[in-house]
Amino acid sequence: MKRIYVNEEWCLGCHLCEYNCAFANSGGTDMASALKGKPIFPRIHIEGDERVTYAVSCRHCSDPVCVKSCIAGALSHDGDGVIRIDRTRCVGCFTCVLVCPYGALAPSEDGVMQKCELCLRNASGEPACVRGCPNRAIVYEER
Amino acid sequence: MENYVIIGNGTAAVSCVEGIRSVDAESPITVISGENCPAYCRPLISYALEGKAKPENMNQRPADFYEKNGCKVLYGKKAVGIDPDKKTVTLDDGTRLPYTKLCVAAGSSPFVPPMTGLDTVEKKFSFMTLDDMLALDKAVTEDSRVLIVGAGLIGLKCAEGLADRIGSVTVCDLAPRVLSSILDEEGAALMQAKLEEHGMTFLLGDTADRFEKNRAVMKSGKTVDFDVLVLAVGVRANTSLIREIGGEVNRGIVADTHMRTSIPDIYAAGDCAEGYDSSLGANRVLAILPNARFQGECAGINMAGGDRTLDNAVPLNAIGFFGLHCLTAGSASEGSAVYEERGPGKIKKLYVKDGFLTGFALIGCEERAGIYTSLIRERIPLDSVDFELLKQLATTAAFSREERRSKFGGAV
Repeated sequence: MKRIYVNEEWCLGCHLCEYNCAFANSGGTDMASALKGKPIFPRIHIEGDERVTYAVSCRHCSDPVCVKSCIAGALSHDGDGVIRIDRTRCVGCFTCVLVCPYGALAPSEDGVMQKCELCLRNASGEPACVRGCPNRAIVYEER
Repeated sequence: MENYVIIGNGTAAVSCVEGIRSVDAESPITVISGENCPAYCRPLISYALEGKAKPENMNQRPADFYEKNGCKVLYGKKAVGIDPDKKTVTLDDGTRLPYTKLCVAAGSSPFVPPMTGLDTVEKKFSFMTLDDMLALDKAVTEDSRVLIVGAGLIGLKCAEGLADRIGSVTVCDLAPRVLSSILDEEGAALMQAKLEEHGMTFLLGDTADRFEKNRAVMKSGKTVDFDVLVLAVGVRANTSLIREIGGEVNRGIVADTHMRTSIPDIYAAGDCAEGYDSSLGANRVLAILPNARFQGECAGINMAGGDRTLDNAVPLNAIGFFGLHCLTAGSASEGSAVYEERGPGKIKKLYVKDGFLTGFALIGCEERAGIYTSLIRERIPLDSVDFELLKQLATTAAFSREERRSKFGGAV
């Protein structure tokens, strides 16, 4: 399946992916009114230091420890390989945060967890972080 | 053709079915379910009590799960005996079920120590099952005074579930602190303070000595008047089926890293089993949902002739109250060095031994905690990472570029 990959040697650490992610998942039509002056809760984040930066989002593992550990049955791993979260079932217990070896899950604004779902459920239709990356450091491809 | 029988119908049992079916699509599976309902997410019962989860939304798997997987489920039946020579399981109605491979996923039961006068208490409950939760839900009113005996994970989640909908909650425990199985004094004090902010009263290092109807007389001589009593002292692994036939049993049914018991063709998984804990380097009961899933799947795969080893199980607990979250993993083994960091409403403790992270406790600083967990589960030598950076922050930036490339550069 196609996944998001990051080439850390090309990442500028500009954090645009975070904004594009937050906007794509905001349901809004205008970035300024959707995000300006508000704390953002993106599903991708930049990590690193002065030497290296890179973006981290869900790896969509083929044997996902988060799905197996979820106490609420909120995380699922469907036939297409995409790991999704059912926000109506999540109780915000943080077990997924405790087990994800990539640090790819975090709470949303309202306390239930959120994660990258490859923009397959929002208006973007393809990963907004990839489309907006100015240096093509984030790619969406088969490997 | 095999004939699989699974005793139990919780998380480990469901995962065992999936493990079997990943190898063997054909052979029949019989699931013996003591509870009269499909497998549900047991840890959600406290959330259901609080109104944050709906009972109809707590099922583990879609409604057609058993049918799709070719399982016959015997609801409301209890296994009362195993004959390992004839390879049969006897049910409480006298039926004998033949098996070729058997998995005991019988869970655990509330442990109620003998307490004088307990029989005089009219409204008393355990807090383990959906039925327990529904009964408690019915028994409380907005004025109820509830006494909970036991300040462990179950007792406190029950307390949280009730706190905002009843008159008062008092929690007592013989241990001198809350959550004594996972937290030290300092961490426990922080969690207790959060619970007290929400009106709970604690009597620690003290427990109910005797009951006189709606009054508990504590060991200290104090008295607590209550309307509803919840007993959450602890749980015991259901081991009797294996103990009775001479199988190896300690606190749980002893299982190897393939989840085999000491008796041929009998496996064990979940809260009743005592499997290998890699953070301890020894067997112990890890009565947590993720472990039930790992063990159940491992047992199922091996029952069906596959080859799966489970050698990286460790204790994992995520528990939060009123927005303050506490994440713990692994073991704080004797002689380990501790890195500690504190802030307002925050404690971080990392336990290091022989060059490996063996455990941690994080309160109020849960961000990316799974990176620490991976250091424990994958036994990553700390000299291969920038541990000084990791002390400050859970980040994969502390790994080498090569390691990061293997983590992020391909399908995982």
